[in-house]
Amino acid sequence: MISSIIFIILLVATAVIFIRRIREIRYNINLGRAKDLSGNVGERLRIMARVALGQSKLITRPVAGIMHVFIYIGFIIINVEILEIVTDGALGTHRAFHAFLGDEIYYVFIGLFEILALLVLIACVTFLIRRNVGRIKRFSGKEMTKWPTSDANIILVIEVLLMLAFLTMNAADTVLMTAPTDMLMSTGMDHYLGFNFGDWFWVSAYLTGLMPNNIETLFLIERFCWWFHIVGVFGFSIYVLYSKHFHIFIAFPNTYYSRLNSMGELPNLEAVKKEVELMMDPSADPYAAPAENAEPPQRFGAKDIEDLSWKQLMDAYSCTECGRCTSECPANQTGKLLSPRKIMMDTRDRVEELGKHRRANGKEASDEISLLGNYITKEELWACTTCNACVQACPVNIDPLSIIVDLRRFLVMEESAAPSELNTMFTNVENNGAPWQFAQADRGNWTNELSS
Amino acid sequence: MAEMTAAGEQPEVLFWVGCMGSFDDRAKRITKAFAKILLHADVKFAVLGAEESCTGDPAKRAGNEFLYQMQAFTNIQTLNAYEVKRIVTTCPHCFNILKNEYPELGGNYEVLHHSQFLQQLLESGRISVEGGKFKGKKITFHDPCYLGRANGVYEAPRVLLEKLDVELVEMKRCKSRGLCCGAGGAQMFKEAEKGDKEVNVERTEDALEVKPDIIAAGCPFCNTMMTDGVKHFNKEEDIEVKDLAELISEAADL
Repeated sequence: MISSIIFIILLVATAVIFIRRIREIRYNINLGRAKDLSGNVGERLRIMARVALGQSKLITRPVAGIMHVFIYIGFIIINVEILEIVTDGALGTHRAFHAFLGDEIYYVFIGLFEILALLVLIACVTFLIRRNVGRIKRFSGKEMTKWPTSDANIILVIEVLLMLAFLTMNAADTVLMTAPTDMLMSTGMDHYLGFNFGDWFWVSAYLTGLMPNNIETLFLIERFCWWFHIVGVFGFSIYVLYSKHFHIFIAFPNTYYSRLNSMGELPNLEAVKKEVELMMDPSADPYAAPAENAEPPQRFGAKDIEDLSWKQLMDAYSCTECGRCTSECPANQTGKLLSPRKIMMDTRDRVEELGKHRRANGKEASDEISLLGNYITKEELWACTTCNACVQACPVNIDPLSIIVDLRRFLVMEESAAPSELNTMFTNVENNGAPWQFAQADRGNWTNELSS
Repeated sequence: MAEMTAAGEQPEVLFWVGCMGSFDDRAKRITKAFAKILLHADVKFAVLGAEESCTGDPAKRAGNEFLYQMQAFTNIQTLNAYEVKRIVTTCPHCFNILKNEYPELGGNYEVLHHSQFLQQLLESGRISVEGGKFKGKKITFHDPCYLGRANGVYEAPRVLLEKLDVELVEMKRCKSRGLCCGAGGAQMFKEAEKGDKEVNVERTEDALEVKPDIIAAGCPFCNTMMTDGVKHFNKEEDIEVKDLAELISEAADL
């Protein structure tokens, strides 16, 4: 009874903290500009099914890809078991689902969970080794400072511990459930009766040999692992919301809202379109007062969070810092400062910072800090070749390039801070219709050389 | 184009030459090779000549949306005035911007990269190449970012190379994972940022690994970058960098 109450309090507390944090993230994402991505439901669902559910882009790198699939399937399916654990915790029952699923089905389920748990364990240990022993370049890099590195290890270690607790619990349980009836009856543990798991616990069966004979000790082990596992799951679900691991949830909406056009298309800036139309329209009155209900003109390009769209901010929250973008980036591979992963991490850190500041100091409050300048430098931005390798590489369809270009737009159009060679190029395009100093009248000259 | 319109005629296709193809000596050879194929295949084509202007791609990718949209505005006025329906270009940057970014500003055309157009000419039998001088040569194709990743055109260039009866070898990074040559995003017009290597050198290493006789390119910018890369390794005696149009035109002995 007391344990049920404690359990329910923990469950409710977790839910409250979880929801509060989700609202915080929603607030932060909504700091971005509005962008209409409604419609195309069918196509969007297909992309989400393929990329997020189907993990299609992860397999490009087979080892990491397959291991990730283990953890992913394990995570989703083992969570079915959480339902039972929560039921047991709230009602004080033992393996509540056994009663209505019946022997065979229930045992197959648990056996399957155990195999998945083992696969998760193998994958997590492999990942820990790859990160900490293997020399894999994408796990280093200057944005992989202390916190991102520990974050990755904490996630993996927690997953290892949870799986170990789950398997140890089942092993202790098996021994308990096969203990002589009178022994269980006399110690008041009759709820362990009525099960015959025998060989069904495919993985933990190998651990039963390690278990003690003493019924009280077994009971303690089983209970400890049960509580450790479920409290661990509660804690982890909160931790995830403050960690790069958040991708397990947000990858789904993020892939749903993926761009649908070809990667090469860079949207035309609406704000500029109006200006250019005005400039090119001979009948336009440049001195006309803006319409009464006209919105204030938007900043050209992006300097800070509010100049980016909510989707670009959702991208930032979806990044799990795997570094595939950076390892495919031509600039990064040749030693330049640019790292698409850093662009995403900076954007996320900055939106967190601004969100916190706004919640404390009011909606309009400024903290005199900006993404461009305080986080991302010009040198990084000017190293980009806009080749889309980062966009292609991202397993959850993040588009770092759109942020890079938006920041460049601000530099060029609001600050006139392009590198001087680019300014020369602009002047040439403007005056000669070509990026070099050639006369437009000479464009067709090559036709004269055709016969040669 | 003006002459055709004056004569009341419409071309089958407008050849958008691009800045590089109009002015750069190396790229002009690509332009001429492609024009020769068009003439040989009796394609009724037109060029805008002095009425063509930069599409605005380098300006846009560098962040100068203003300049880009002004260029686009002017070009669209010209193209629409001539009622252009179909455009072919030898430059993937022009191809991408005309195809993807002009429509929203009022420029709606069917836009083809010359590799796609050449494939159509070959498949409809308007030109034919039978192996020719490149038969058996080892050729690797460098995917231009704005043709491949940006627009998903991976097959057309390879189909052309297969028609030439060459031994097509792929670099370890190809198609959607192909490495950039380093010229995109207006990098062509500036010094690279500080680093430990040039991107085109890194890419040329990929190409040298497969020991090709020829590196095929489908973009005048890539062509320049790869040519410089080959020179960097002093391999210009052994390895040629050629555009798809040049390969076809030389194979057909035009």
